[in-house]
Amino acid sequence: MAGASHRRSSRRSSAEMWGLGYNAALVAIGAGLLGAGAGITGSFLVLRKRALVSDAIAHATLPGIALAFLVMVALGGEGRNLAGLLTGSALSAWFGLLCVGWLTHATRLSEDAAIGAVLSVFFGFGILLLTVIQSLNMGRQAGLETFLLGSTAGMLYSDALTIAIGGGLATLAALVLRRPMLTAAFDPGYAVATGLDIRRVDLAMMGLVMAITVIGIKIVGLVLIVAMVILPPVTARFWTDRADRVVLIAGVMGGLTGLVGALISALAPNLPTGPIIVLTGSLAFAISLLIAPRRGALAALLARHRYQRHVHLRQGLLALALNHPVHERYTLRLLIHAGLANPDGTATDEGRAAAARALLDESRWQVLRADPAQEIAASHYDGLRPIETVLTPDQIAQIDARLAPRPLP
Amino acid sequence: MTLGLAARDGRIVAPDDTTAAPLAVRGLTVTYGEKPALFALEATFDAGVMSAIIGPNGAGKSTLLKAVLGMVTPVSGNIRAFGRPVSEVLSRIAYVPQRATVDWDFPTRVIDVVLMGMARELGLLRPIRQDHRDRAVACLSRVGMEHFADRQIGQLSGGQQQRVFLARALAQGAELYLLDEPFAGVDAATEKTIVAVLKSLRDAGATVVVVHHDLATVASYFERALLINTTRIAEGPVADVLTSETLQATYGGRLAQAQLAQILG
Amino acid sequence: MIGAEFVALSLPPILIGCLAAIACAIPGNFLLLRKQALIGDAISHVVLPGIVVGFLVSGTVSTWPMMLGAGGAALVAVLLIEGIRRVGKLEPGAAMGVVFSTMFAGGVLLLEQSDTSSVHLDVQHALYGNLESLIWLDATGWASLLDAQALAGVPPELPRMAITCLIVTGVTALLWRPLKISTFDEGFARALGLPVRALGLALVIMAAMAAVAAFDAVGSIIVIAMFICPPAAARLMTDRLAHQVWLSVGFATLSAVMGYVLAGYGPLWLGFENSVSAAGMIATVSGLILALAAVLGPRRAPRVA
Repeated sequence: MAGASHRRSSRRSSAEMWGLGYNAALVAIGAGLLGAGAGITGSFLVLRKRALVSDAIAHATLPGIALAFLVMVALGGEGRNLAGLLTGSALSAWFGLLCVGWLTHATRLSEDAAIGAVLSVFFGFGILLLTVIQSLNMGRQAGLETFLLGSTAGMLYSDALTIAIGGGLATLAALVLRRPMLTAAFDPGYAVATGLDIRRVDLAMMGLVMAITVIGIKIVGLVLIVAMVILPPVTARFWTDRADRVVLIAGVMGGLTGLVGALISALAPNLPTGPIIVLTGSLAFAISLLIAPRRGALAALLARHRYQRHVHLRQGLLALALNHPVHERYTLRLLIHAGLANPDGTATDEGRAAAARALLDESRWQVLRADPAQEIAASHYDGLRPIETVLTPDQIAQIDARLAPRPLP
Repeated sequence: MTLGLAARDGRIVAPDDTTAAPLAVRGLTVTYGEKPALFALEATFDAGVMSAIIGPNGAGKSTLLKAVLGMVTPVSGNIRAFGRPVSEVLSRIAYVPQRATVDWDFPTRVIDVVLMGMARELGLLRPIRQDHRDRAVACLSRVGMEHFADRQIGQLSGGQQQRVFLARALAQGAELYLLDEPFAGVDAATEKTIVAVLKSLRDAGATVVVVHHDLATVASYFERALLINTTRIAEGPVADVLTSETLQATYGGRLAQAQLAQILG
Repeated sequence: MIGAEFVALSLPPILIGCLAAIACAIPGNFLLLRKQALIGDAISHVVLPGIVVGFLVSGTVSTWPMMLGAGGAALVAVLLIEGIRRVGKLEPGAAMGVVFSTMFAGGVLLLEQSDTSSVHLDVQHALYGNLESLIWLDATGWASLLDAQALAGVPPELPRMAITCLIVTGVTALLWRPLKISTFDEGFARALGLPVRALGLALVIMAAMAAVAAFDAVGSIIVIAMFICPPAAARLMTDRLAHQVWLSVGFATLSAVMGYVLAGYGPLWLGFENSVSAAGMIATVSGLILALAAVLGPRRAPRVA
């Protein structure tokens, strides 16, 4: 039954595809901008190893939303004013952040415990307040529950505009602050030496995370907003080792994820915006995890296998050179396969030559590593690397001159 | 220079592998990433001897102990204790990890830490009786900590923490003691106590292997030394092993000539 | 208040709340000391996709398929977190964030895509449960506690939670020594030959069991709060592990009882008609206890390194 309704809806949606409502387009742009800002800011958070602080911030918004609603109603206003609700959520998120900091610094609890405590207690208190609103009968359909999982259905034009502008401002702020945040995240010692106030940079970073959370909860929901902050940087990390590139890729990735996710969810009903944005990001993460060159799972697996082969081959060759029998079957199999050894374990002509080369190389390395003047070159030693890749022929000749009179023990 | 044979899973018997030495390492290669921490390492630790493992930072000293105890998986190599795979003879081995690897804020008392050394005999549910406690206190008094039995471990100084760790190892009643940097950041009195205890263990026939970083004290504390820097540089009696050539090969330019002169007398 | 009505309407939810709180707090102590406190958070988030899949596969809203689904999801999440952490060389927090948010998003999407309008299965329920509805209609007073026929009508969540709590307590007692050693000094535990990884997994499975059994009675909020707040508060009161665990059980019980009573009767005392969310109140009370411990606890101070 689910399948049938799904098929029906997708047919209808393809007809509507180009007639994407003005609001939906605005929401998609907002989600894209928000995603870019979240990706950039999240990079620093992840570099600082404080990724889940953003989850505490997100959950801590709930009491603020409920209290803001209560206050606005008490003042005789319309409780559902988005700007008002977001202000409330920002205040309580800030208070939650202060609690995390206080528990971490003033008590022996570690930051993860502080995050978990703040997250659950603030969230529980928020739920409590939501039921208070229900029981007071003033909300009837206050609709505050939509902040849990986000909702773009029936969003007002002004709300969509608020989100788009907010997302743009957050991205802009993240771009402006990226240099000091990068320095603080990467090299706090250096940052202090250059007169950068780390506490203020941290504060600014948390402020940005909070701003992004507050703007994003209407679309993505407070349970899932953490994904928008974490997924882009950890995905970007697979593609580069350079911190500034991580920031760049994460920003682009976050922006695309937000935009594409919001567009997909606008195509059909039953495709909630928040989860679709998150799952789009998750898909990018999973693909990167698997196939990224060098850091991906596949590449790492192949590299490990190749490395193991090299080690066994090298150790096997050295054993041949020193006339030790090769006992291990894996090593022997590799040698035979490479045409370096006969099935009985003796070296082939080619193997003898290779073994002699390996032994010469190893001996040269020993000389090099014993020479204090050559420390930098010697640091390249890893048991496998040919010395020719580190030294010039002249330098090698010098080593050979020292090698000759000293027989190997 | 000798290089070891690659052997995996203990299937291969190298020429001298029949040895029942308390600890024998053959062709051990361990890597954490691109660069090996240890490459084709060979080492033998003889019974009833106090040996030092020496090398610069990042030379693979701690990695060697971790590989011996199965905490890291080698790329290749064979490790035997008392002629058998290490996992079969763990009850005869005591291990003192680096002090810094542990959260000293953990809610427990000194005596509880020492009792952890008796975990094998206590099993899951056997009650801790007075004689267990007496033995634990006896171990503590060997390191001069008997008056601290009921202290919370967080209240101890670095040297006291190290002595408690040694007392826990004593409680294991092992034949082979592996210690990872036991003298790092401890006071002089603690260092003296630890050395005395280790020597008494050796005199009682136990084998002691210590990852050590202070070259100045090697000769007075240990009989044998293993110099490593990813590979084995030298192994043997301290007097034979500590030469300007081997130290140069181990430490490269990190060792100033003045230091060298001091160490070698 | 302490009459027939109390036995029928309030006693079962209070008992269930206490049992759920205790079952979560006990493994929470070890998770806290291992700096894995947020594993509890991750597990309780993935309960939702688990129950949705359990429901979609079995086609009914019966308890066992959904609990199996939730348990399976918890296990999958834990393995994924560990795998992603290793392969991607990520910090544990980031790996957790990736896994639980992805699985939760998947759960919400599945829920939206499937026809669950006829059954009582939604996100709100998974988040804050419905403790107040677990009433014992057959009870006519305290005497019913001895009446076999009436006892047959207790809400099934009660025996289920009791058994879970018993298992968690029993396993913790059985594995106390190895758990303590491997939590304090993993390297030494390995050198002793203790199965360190299996112990870690056993702990997480215990936590998952508690979370899965508790979610459907009390919802995820209580689960997360009880994994962390009572143990954290207890940590600030004592320097002995056994005392810490007992204290955390006490704090968990106190939170559950006070939370339920305040949520159920508090608004009435203040002159309002309706009660408020018991789950939310229990989490709030546990937070207040933690706050008190953080201000007054004799062992609150951070260690000066």
